[in-house]
Amino acid sequence: MSIPQRVRPSGSWEHLLWIFTRLSGLALLLFGAFSLGMGFVLGGRTQLDLPGFVRWMFFPNPNHVVNSNIPDVTAGWSNAFWQIYSVLMVALASAHGLNGVRMVLEDYLRRPLAVVVVRMLIAGAWIGAIIVAVYVILAS
Amino acid sequence: MAASRGVSIIQSLRYRGRQGMVSWTLHRLTGLGIVLFVGMHVVAAFFLQQFGDPVATAITAFYESWPTQLFVYFCILYHAINGGRVALMDLFPRLLRYQHELVWLQWAIFTPAYLVPAFYLIRSAWIPA
Repeated sequence: MSIPQRVRPSGSWEHLLWIFTRLSGLALLLFGAFSLGMGFVLGGRTQLDLPGFVRWMFFPNPNHVVNSNIPDVTAGWSNAFWQIYSVLMVALASAHGLNGVRMVLEDYLRRPLAVVVVRMLIAGAWIGAIIVAVYVILAS
Repeated sequence: MAASRGVSIIQSLRYRGRQGMVSWTLHRLTGLGIVLFVGMHVVAAFFLQQFGDPVATAITAFYESWPTQLFVYFCILYHAINGGRVALMDLFPRLLRYQHELVWLQWAIFTPAYLVPAFYLIRSAWIPA
């Protein structure tokens, strides 16, 4: 089988989103691995149970793990680093996920107006997700 | 696209796309599953925290039950591993030479990583910790 070594990139918006999906997916894997690892470094082995670790891994926010009978969430678990980290993670994850939903929907939409409406709804949902995330993260 | 070409579900199931077709389908379904779970989780947590809403309590009980957890874990693990494989193959096209082997490698990683926690999840349904 011959494999084309170089394909000319089209540079379109759709092409950029295609690249974004790959890169944000890999970035989210690294985000998850890093917060999981830092959970161990911060001493989660004695403070978190397994569900708590999973919650911390996907959304490193003390409010997100405090529901699972954690004795106490002490210093190191809640600071500006984790706040910025969480906002970045939510922004990336919601962009990745909502763009995926958009691609699935557009496979089944035929009318151009429907595509425009879906894109506006998706953009609104992304902005909304970021606002909710910033509120939840700064309020905790 | 399938709709505009008049391909029925039965016809599309008969299409023999081998591993690529299975991966593509599962990647879509698990991606939608994750969006569904995260959406449910955010909405239910908001209404539970702000209003103590009984519907939100019911939704929370639903997604915290072990069958839903099994489904959510399948979605997240499959989507993560399969997405990693696809992204790496797209970034390094040389890997396409080994695409079938990579799918088998993916299942070799996925199967134990899924079944071990699944065992403990199912066991916890009978033996409370």
